[in-house]
Amino acid sequence: MRHHLILRVVVKLLVAPIALFALYVQFHGDYSPGGGFQAGVILAVAFILYGIVFGLAKVHQVFPPWLVQKMAALGVLLYAGTGVLSLLLGYTYLDYGAFTPGHPEHGQHWGILVVELGVGITVAAVMVAIYYAFAGRTPRINDEDW
Amino acid sequence: MIEILINIVLFFFMIVTAIAVLRMQRLFGVVMLSGVFSLLSALLFVTLDAVDVAFTEAAVGAGITTVLMLGTMALTAREEKLRSNFSPVPLIVVLVTGAVLIYGTLDMPHFGAADSPAQTQVANVYLTESPDDIGVPNVVTAILASYRGYDTLGETVVVFTACVGVLMLIGSFARRGVRLPRRRRRGPSS
Amino acid sequence: MSVDFIISHMNYWLFIVLMMTGFYIVVSRGNFIKKIIGLNIFQSAVFMFYISLGKVTGGTAPIFPLKLENIDPSVVYSNPLPHVLILTAIVVGVATTALGLALIVRIREEFGTIEEEDILEIESDMQAKDNRRHGDAMGGRA
Repeated sequence: MRHHLILRVVVKLLVAPIALFALYVQFHGDYSPGGGFQAGVILAVAFILYGIVFGLAKVHQVFPPWLVQKMAALGVLLYAGTGVLSLLLGYTYLDYGAFTPGHPEHGQHWGILVVELGVGITVAAVMVAIYYAFAGRTPRINDEDW
Repeated sequence: MIEILINIVLFFFMIVTAIAVLRMQRLFGVVMLSGVFSLLSALLFVTLDAVDVAFTEAAVGAGITTVLMLGTMALTAREEKLRSNFSPVPLIVVLVTGAVLIYGTLDMPHFGAADSPAQTQVANVYLTESPDDIGVPNVVTAILASYRGYDTLGETVVVFTACVGVLMLIGSFARRGVRLPRRRRRGPSS
Repeated sequence: MSVDFIISHMNYWLFIVLMMTGFYIVVSRGNFIKKIIGLNIFQSAVFMFYISLGKVTGGTAPIFPLKLENIDPSVVYSNPLPHVLILTAIVVGVATTALGLALIVRIREEFGTIEEEDILEIESDMQAKDNRRHGDAMGGRA
C-alpha cells in the first residue's frame, strides 16, 4: 500500500485517537457501555490498521511478536491472580471484597478494574497475534487483483 | 409498536444480506456482505436495549472478522467454484429443522413480556441488589466481572487457547516445527 | 392465531428464518470460507434470540444514573444477564472463527483447494493409491 498517499495520511491521524478511545472504553466501562472485551478489540484494531497500511515490518517494530505472546498470557494471569490474591486474603476465589475489608463496594471497584484490565490485555494481544499469524504468510493474490 | 416495526425492517435487511451471501460467487463480496450483516445485527441489538453487545458486535464483527476473512481469502482463493449438481437434500433438512423450531416457539412467552421466566428469576436480583453490592452503574459490567467472574475467566482462557491454536497452526510456533508434511515446504513463506 | 399473537412471536420466527439461511449456506455450499460465514450467520441468529428474550417492552438499557442514590424505581430496565452471556460469546466467537480460518489456510497449503468436493476427490485418490501400494507389499490385492 506504499502508493496510497491519502490512506497513509489518514491512518497516521487515526491511529492515536483509536488507541486513546480504547483506553477510554477500558476504564469507563463501569459507567457506560464498554469494558475489557470491547477495549481490547479496539486497541487491536489500532495496531492492525497500522499494519495493513504501513506493512508488517513497521508494526513489528512497535509491538514485537514475542511481546504480543507474553501479553496474551499476562492478561489471563492477571485475572486468575486476582482470584488467588483474594483467596490468600482469606476470602473466596474472585471475591473482590477482600481488598478493602469493611468497605466491600470499594473492593469491588478495584477488583472489577483489575479484572477488566486483564481481559483487555488478553483480548488485544490475542487479536494482534492472530493478525500477525495471518499476515505473516505470503499472499497468493497481488495488490492489484482486488 | 414502532420498535417492532424497526425490528422487522432490520430483520428483513439481514435476511436479504444472508441470501445475497448464499448466491454470490465472488468471495470478496461475500466477506463484505458479512461485515454489513454484523453492522445490521449491531443496530438490532441497540433497538433491543443491549448497548454493550451492540458495541462489541460492531467492533468485532464488522472490524476484526472482516480483516481476518480478507486475510484468509488472500491466502486461499477469490472465487467459489460452482457446484455441478443441485441436491434437494440440504433444502429439505433445513426446512424440516426450521418447521420444528417454529413449532417450538408457539408456546413461548410474548416478545417483551415483563412476566416471562427469563425476567422474573435471577435478573431481578441483579437489578435490585447490584447498586448496594457492587456500586457500579453499568449492571452489565457488574455481572460480567463480579457476579459471573468465573464465567468471564473461563471465556478469557478460551480466547487465549484459541490464540495458541492459531499460532500452532499458522503462526511462529508452526515455523519452528519439528515435523514437515509430505510435500510443499519450500521457500521463506512457509 | 390472533394478530396480537403473530406480532408478539414475529421476532422469533424471523430469527429462525435467518438461522436456517445460515444453516443452508453451511450444508449446501462447498467453499470453506462460505461455510464459516454461514456458521457466523447462524451464530448471530442465536445471539439475537438470546437478546430478544431479555427485552422488556418499554424498558431501557441496564445502566443506572451516575449517582446511584438517584435511581428511579419506576424506570424499567431490560434483563442484563443475556447481554453478559452474549457479549463474551461474541469475542469467543471471533477467536474460534480465527481458528477455523487458520485451519482453512493449512488445508489450502496441503491440498491446493478449499472446495469440499475437490478435497474429497483428492482424499479418495490418495486412499486408492495407498491401498494399491499395501496390496503390492502383501503380494496381492489387499
